[in-house]
Amino acid sequence: MRTVSFKRPAKRAGLYGVAAFFSFFAAAPILWMIITAFKGDWDLYRSRGSPFLFNKYPTVGNEPSPVVDSPTLENLRLLFFETNFTTFLWNSLAVGVLVVVITLIISIPAAYSLARLTGRWGERSGITIFLVYLIPPTLLFIPLFRIVVYLGLNDTLWSMVVVYPTLTIPFCTWLLSGFFKSIPKDLEEAAMVDGYSRLMAFLKVVMPLSLPGVIAVVVFTFSLTLHEFIYALTFVSSSAHRTVSVGVPTELIRGDVFFWQSLVAAAAIVAIPVAIVYSFLLDRLVAGFTMGAVKG
Amino acid sequence: MLLPATVYILALVGLPFLIAIVYSVTDVTVGDTSLDFVGLDNFRRIIKTPQFQRALSNTLFFAIVSQVLIVVLATALAELLSRDFRGKRVVWFLIILPWATPIALGTVAWLWLLDSQFSPIDWVLRSVNLLGPGTLLGPEDHMVFLGREGLAMASVIMVHVWRLLPLAAVIVLAGLTTIPRDILDQAEVDGAGFWRILFRIKIPLIFPIISIAILFGLILTFGDMAVVFVLTRGGPIYYTQVLPTWAYFVGIEGGSLAEGAAIALFLFPLLLAVAILVLRSSRRMEIS
Repeated sequence: MRTVSFKRPAKRAGLYGVAAFFSFFAAAPILWMIITAFKGDWDLYRSRGSPFLFNKYPTVGNEPSPVVDSPTLENLRLLFFETNFTTFLWNSLAVGVLVVVITLIISIPAAYSLARLTGRWGERSGITIFLVYLIPPTLLFIPLFRIVVYLGLNDTLWSMVVVYPTLTIPFCTWLLSGFFKSIPKDLEEAAMVDGYSRLMAFLKVVMPLSLPGVIAVVVFTFSLTLHEFIYALTFVSSSAHRTVSVGVPTELIRGDVFFWQSLVAAAAIVAIPVAIVYSFLLDRLVAGFTMGAVKG
Repeated sequence: MLLPATVYILALVGLPFLIAIVYSVTDVTVGDTSLDFVGLDNFRRIIKTPQFQRALSNTLFFAIVSQVLIVVLATALAELLSRDFRGKRVVWFLIILPWATPIALGTVAWLWLLDSQFSPIDWVLRSVNLLGPGTLLGPEDHMVFLGREGLAMASVIMVHVWRLLPLAAVIVLAGLTTIPRDILDQAEVDGAGFWRILFRIKIPLIFPIISIAILFGLILTFGDMAVVFVLTRGGPIYYTQVLPTWAYFVGIEGGSLAEGAAIALFLFPLLLAVAILVLRSSRRMEIS
C-alpha cells in the first residue's frame, strides 16, 4: 500500500473520478434494488416516474390513494411472511458453513502434502487438481443427480453439502498449496527439533502464518455456495430445503408473474451484509491470493 | 494426506465425468435410458446444426470480449485499490457488492433494469435526451436491450462483467502488491510517468497473475450459465445462445441426454490446452 501524495489536485480528482466510476457501475443496481424494494406496483409500472424516487399516486385533497403507495413495506411482508425466505437464508447459511468446513478439512492436508512433495511430481499434481475445474457443471449435473439419488440424498440439504465441495476443493487446494510452499520448511523443522510432532509443528507454526490463505479460501467457498444455481435447482425439489438463489426465484416468479420488488429486496438483503463482511476481510483476502497464487 | 481429496474428486467429479463421456457416445434420452453405443454420431450431427455453430461462435465471442473488458477494468480497479485514500473501505464495499449478490437474484434484477418497456436505464437515457424522438439513440422510446441481436449480446456481456469484476480485481490487486516498492521508486526517480510505469513495469510483472484471472473468468464463463439462462434464455432466436445453455436446453429440456453431454464436452479440449498454458506460465513467475 502506498499513500498518494495529494500535492496535485488534478491527481486527486482523477483518483476519485475513477473510484466514483467503478462504485457507480458496481453499486447503482444495488441502490436501485433498495429503492425498488419499497415501491408499490403502481409506482413500479409507471414508466414516466423516476425509477430512483418514490412517486405518489396523484390524489385530490384528502382522498385516500386507490393503490398501494410508495414507500411501502408490503413487498418485505410478502417476502418474509408469504415465502420461505427465512428458511432459505438459514439453508444457505447452513450449506455454506458446512461446505466451508468440509473444504478446509479436505483441502488443507492435500495442499500441505502437495506443497511438500518435491520435484516435478508435486507441481504436476497441483496442476492436475486445478484442471478438475475445467469440467463444466453443465456436463456433470445429470450424472451427479443419479449419484445423489443413489445415495438417497435427493431433496435434502445434504445433496448440496456433499456435492459443492467438488466446486471448491480443487481451487482451494491449489491456492493453499501455493501458500504452504511460501512458508520455509526450516520453520517447521526447527519446531520439530524443539520436540513438536509434525502435526503439532504444522498446527503451531504453519497454520498461523497461513491465516490469510484460509480466509481467502473461506470467502471463495462461501461465495460459490451462495451463487450456485444449477445443482441446487436440480437436486432439491421441496421449498423447505432450497437455498436463497433457487428458492427466492421459484417462489416469487409464478408463471409469467414476477414479484419484482420482493425479488430485488431478497437480492439486496443477502448482498449487503455479505459485502460488509468481505470488505472487512479485504486486506487478508488480497494477501491470501498474493501468497497462494503468486508466490507459490 | 492427499487421499481424502483424491477420493472425493474421483467419486464426485471423475465418476460423473466418465458417465457423461459415455452418454455422449450413446443414444441415451430421458425417456429411454438404455445405453446403445453410437460412436461419434452425436458429435457429427451436432456440428452440422446451425444452432450449434451459432452457439459456438457466440461462446467464443462472449468469452473473449468479456475477458478483455474484465482484464482492462480489473487492472484499472486494482491500480486504484493499491493506493491509500480516504473512503477506500466504502469504495471497496460498493465495488464488492455484485460478487456478494447471489448471481441468479442479481440477474433477475438486471432483467428488470433491461426490460423492454420499464427499463430504468431507458428512463435515464430519455431524461438526459439521448433516447426518444429526435435524439442520438432515438426515434423509439425504448432501447429493447434484450430483444435486439447486438444489444442482447452486449447486455449479457455487461452483466457478466459486472458480476466477475470484483473477483478479477482482487486477483490482480494481489499481483500488484507483490511488486517490490524499490522497483517502482527507482522508476519514478528515473522520471517514468504513470502510464510508462503501468505498461512497462507493472503489467509485464503481473502478467502471470492476470492470466490466472483470465483462466478463472473463462472457467466461470463456460461453466456457469446463470446469466444467459436467466437474462435471455439464449434469445432472441439464438443470438445469445452459448454452449452451456444450449447443452442444458438440448439435454434437459429437450431430454436428449446424449446430445446435451456431447455439446457440453465440446470445449473441454480447448479449455484444457488454455489452462495448462496459463498454469505453467504463472508458476514460473519470480518477482520477489
